[in-house]
Amino acid sequence: MAETRIPVAKTYKIYLGGKFPRTESGRYFPLNAADGTVIANMCRGSRKDFRNSVVAARSAFAGWSASTAYLRGQILYRIAEMLEGRNEQFVSELVLQGISKRKAVKEVEASIDRLIYYAGWSDKYQQIFSSVNPVSSSHFNFSVLEPTGVVGILAPENSSLLGLVSNIAPVIVGGNTCVVLASESLPLCAISFAEVLHASDVPGGVVNLLTGFKDELRDQFASHMDVNAVVFCDGDAEISKIIQEKAADNVKHVISRRDQDWSSEMSQNPYLISETQETKTTWHPIGS
Amino acid sequence: MSIAAVPNDVRMPDMSQVALVDEVGVKERAARFQTRSIKKESKIEALQMVLSMIDLTTLEGMDTPGKVKQLCQKAIHLHDAVPDLPHVAAVCVYPTMVGVAKKALGDHNINVASVATAFPSGMAPRQIKLEETRIAVDDGADEIDMVISRGAFLQGEYGFVFDEIAAIKEACGKAHLKVILETGELGTLDRVRRASVLAMHAGADFIKTSTGKIQPAATLPVTLVMLQAIRDFYYETGKMIGMKPAGGISNSKLAIHYLVMLRETLGSAWMTPEWYRFGASSLANDVLMQLQKQATGVYQSADYFSKD
Repeated sequence: MAETRIPVAKTYKIYLGGKFPRTESGRYFPLNAADGTVIANMCRGSRKDFRNSVVAARSAFAGWSASTAYLRGQILYRIAEMLEGRNEQFVSELVLQGISKRKAVKEVEASIDRLIYYAGWSDKYQQIFSSVNPVSSSHFNFSVLEPTGVVGILAPENSSLLGLVSNIAPVIVGGNTCVVLASESLPLCAISFAEVLHASDVPGGVVNLLTGFKDELRDQFASHMDVNAVVFCDGDAEISKIIQEKAADNVKHVISRRDQDWSSEMSQNPYLISETQETKTTWHPIGS
Repeated sequence: MSIAAVPNDVRMPDMSQVALVDEVGVKERAARFQTRSIKKESKIEALQMVLSMIDLTTLEGMDTPGKVKQLCQKAIHLHDAVPDLPHVAAVCVYPTMVGVAKKALGDHNINVASVATAFPSGMAPRQIKLEETRIAVDDGADEIDMVISRGAFLQGEYGFVFDEIAAIKEACGKAHLKVILETGELGTLDRVRRASVLAMHAGADFIKTSTGKIQPAATLPVTLVMLQAIRDFYYETGKMIGMKPAGGISNSKLAIHYLVMLRETLGSAWMTPEWYRFGASSLANDVLMQLQKQATGVYQSADYFSKD
């Protein structure tokens, strides 16, 4: 047997429409480990990658939003199963990015549990948030939730996997599709998580994952007319203001989840699902 | 069948002399057009040119007068939010809808094109094809899109196909004739070239790739072969023939690449709606969204554009 072997390093690419292409721009940025060595060259996603992702997300929306709550729950559960099977890979990626082993193990376990949590909500949130409304006319009046459409997610900067999962899961369990910009400084797990999604019967285009610079892409997330909601997890008041202003053109939902502790039990709840839902109220005539 | 209707100056070409096509070379050349980058002002001009060349099309069994009227409204009011937009070249419909389209378009200077000759299969006796053509023209069609008999062509009955095109041309009267080769059923680029030559000699004003009902429809290599045939026909006879790729061109970027190919193969004389068309239904909205993006800097959503 040969004593020396050249290790095969993984090329981290973006996840777009169920495929793993390189960024169309051909640009990269080096990702450094805590000791300064280069871990990987990450794709520096461009606004055109973002545009293509929105097209993919839009075309996946009709099918995904029409799938049954039961199926969506099954698929989320499947993602959790796949993540469990690749537990060690994610732990070692987190450690590589400078987190202690103990914390890394905890973060991966919490991510799996979070997926199970939202899988369970798939066929229950509708009952919690829907209502039959009393009206003073001969109508049966009821309100139900419908997914808003394509959701842009600027994932939390300081939580590589758990923050990512905690924001994607409530969006897709509600029948939305999404375009996600991974943490700029901790992007490794995002692309490995895309491989998990790819192996979990999540239809192509339902989740699209980009890596790149927030300062470059944030405005695109906020201004794109075919994005129905934008979720952001970092930034100061000034950034928050800019996002809201740019989002006003097509009256996007702007959902700020800044400074959230994603490891807390408090950061998982069905309200996160309802935030990217629309309420449809129906007036149905009834006999006098 | 009598060919007395064929004018004397129309002569069938010697089909054994039609140039053969270098398939690999054509594909490489076609691929290279897609590497051109057209930006900023050039892009806006190209997009407006694409709009002006579109034959806005609805050819479905479920078409109704209402649907055709809606399409005509779209042709007239592409996107009123953007001032000074060009209008499309024509609206393309089935013969039974020509009257409806003609009336709906009024005097907006948009042509009515009608498919005819038992579109899309072309499997009907010649009298019926001729009659259908006459009816469409009588109802006001400015342009006729005919299909060739691919079965006869593939059997090598070039004379039959030639006579058929010439007879339909005669029946068209003043209306322009576009000849659909249905390249997806011809199989090889050699046959595409041969069918192009045959159609041009028989009196086609335009040659057109596809019905849109067969895959593959228009592709860059097929269109390139047809453009080259048009160029050589022009050198030979001095007559300009128009080109219409149709089917499968649904985004602006690809449409611009088609224009690049047109410019580099036939030159700028052909770059008007008089000599070049796109047969498409969903292309117009994509172009409009791109134009709006250029104007506002913001990526657009189909939610804010009329349905096509």
